[in-house]
Amino acid sequence: MAAGSDDASSDDHPSAAGSRSAAAGALVADQSGGGRGDDRAIGGGPIAAPPPEAVSPRAAGRSRAARSGPSALRRALASLLSILVLFALWTIVALWIDDNALPTPAAVGSSLVTEWRSGELLFHLSTTLARVIAAFTVAMAIGSAIGIRLGTSEAINRVVDPWLILLLNIPALVIIVLAYIWFGLNEAAAIGAVALNKIPNVVVTMREGARALDPEYAEMARVYRFGRWKRLRHVVLPQLQPFFAAATRSGLSLIWKIVLVVELLGRSNGVGFQIHLYFQLFDVATILAYTLAFVAVMLLVEYAVLQPLERHANRWRPTRA
Amino acid sequence: MNATSDASASPIVLDVDVAERTFAAADGSALHAVGALRFALQADSFTCIVGPSGCGKTTTLRMILGLDEGYTGTIELARRGPLAAVFQEPRLLPWRTVEQNVRLALPDARSEASLDELFDALGLAELRGFYPAELSLGLARRVALARAFALEPALLLLDEPFVSLDEPTAERLRALLLALWRARPTTALMVTHNAREATLLADRILVFGERPTSVLDTIELTTPREARTEADVRAVLERLHARVPSVPKVP
Repeated sequence: MAAGSDDASSDDHPSAAGSRSAAAGALVADQSGGGRGDDRAIGGGPIAAPPPEAVSPRAAGRSRAARSGPSALRRALASLLSILVLFALWTIVALWIDDNALPTPAAVGSSLVTEWRSGELLFHLSTTLARVIAAFTVAMAIGSAIGIRLGTSEAINRVVDPWLILLLNIPALVIIVLAYIWFGLNEAAAIGAVALNKIPNVVVTMREGARALDPEYAEMARVYRFGRWKRLRHVVLPQLQPFFAAATRSGLSLIWKIVLVVELLGRSNGVGFQIHLYFQLFDVATILAYTLAFVAVMLLVEYAVLQPLERHANRWRPTRA
Repeated sequence: MNATSDASASPIVLDVDVAERTFAAADGSALHAVGALRFALQADSFTCIVGPSGCGKTTTLRMILGLDEGYTGTIELARRGPLAAVFQEPRLLPWRTVEQNVRLALPDARSEASLDELFDALGLAELRGFYPAELSLGLARRVALARAFALEPALLLLDEPFVSLDEPTAERLRALLLALWRARPTTALMVTHNAREATLLADRILVFGERPTSVLDTIELTTPREARTEADVRAVLERLHARVPSVPKVP
């Protein structure tokens, strides 16, 4: 990108090119006025010349912006078409089988409307979402802290690693049942059990992130005497961000599935409880209505929260052509 | 030109008296990198270290910076104040802009004006908002210089700051470095492979020998930089070549 881009950059940024000579001029003026009188001439010439190795702002950034309009629309249309095809296939199969065990999308839609009107849907969705958020927050905070520690200390890692492997391989169901038995059928046990299921995954991902920290940046931070907080915020966390994003992605989808199990086993509200209820009534349409509604909530979280956050975190990365 | 001792009364800023630095390899063997290494830097002097490849020049800078503490001996900083380093790679934080990279090196919010002047002097005024990945290597090196000088360090360490640049770019950056150093005097210690670069920038050259390295020779360049003639430079280069065979022979 640096070499050979002078033509392009002077086309793209005439103002930058102009200012370069202006800056060089200022430097020359600065040199000739005041200062030590002894040795000034060497390099006077080269400074005065405008530095041609200068700017190469990416053309790619702009072309991406220009392209994003039509291509984003096309991608959205393709996704929509794909979903419509799925619903069409579903309708055909449901009509063909003609059984309560597989309702048509229309029947699911009408259950959705009924549940919405009664206020049940919103109540149970928000209850489950609140549990997902709580368990996710706890798991990410504790898992990241442990993972970073393990990634930076091989001694501690050697001690903790076997526990981690053990925890990774205990079935979610066992953790949930034990949590309810030991701590009672309460909210803390429910959220704690979900978080505990997720923590080992976060630890493993963040440990890899901590191991990949670049020592060159750490040295720079040390030379320039970055404090603890400054180092964490500007040096460490930006390097961990891709790992954090990966843990978030896999975490949310895993957590909401486990939250449903927790609700089914020991709570009296939430999507999991409702699914259990309608399972006993053999009402597949309502079961699917709750499932689709929560999937929609998670899609909203993905597109409205995660992706914008990630775009912001990655704004400094050079765009790939 | 090659006066043996400069009797100026400038105070000593850095006093290096390292007895030994040995590295242990994975197979148990030891590499004796630095031998008895003694030198001192006077305030506001510009010293270049020239020596054969792999002789421990970078190790010396790392010991001074406190990044390598595995040596025996003492390294004393006589003047209080921050250290600044320009590494071989610019080592800018890629997720922070040019301006943020420079600002982050400062202990607290300094006046805008002093940074403006620095950015102007380095031709970076228009580039403050860009990310490092958007800059050429030459520009990234300028930012690294800006970061170091913004701190107004008591001691500035430079580790081959112009390596792997094309010669015209390196030449411009040398001139910029010299201009900055004159405008904001500090004690500078620079490692370089380029003997001619040393004769342009330094007022003293420390010649490092093969491993375990020590100072083989100290060349004082007493002639003001712009008054140095090609003959002066040749004399220094010849003396360097005699000490360090990897320094090319003057044609």
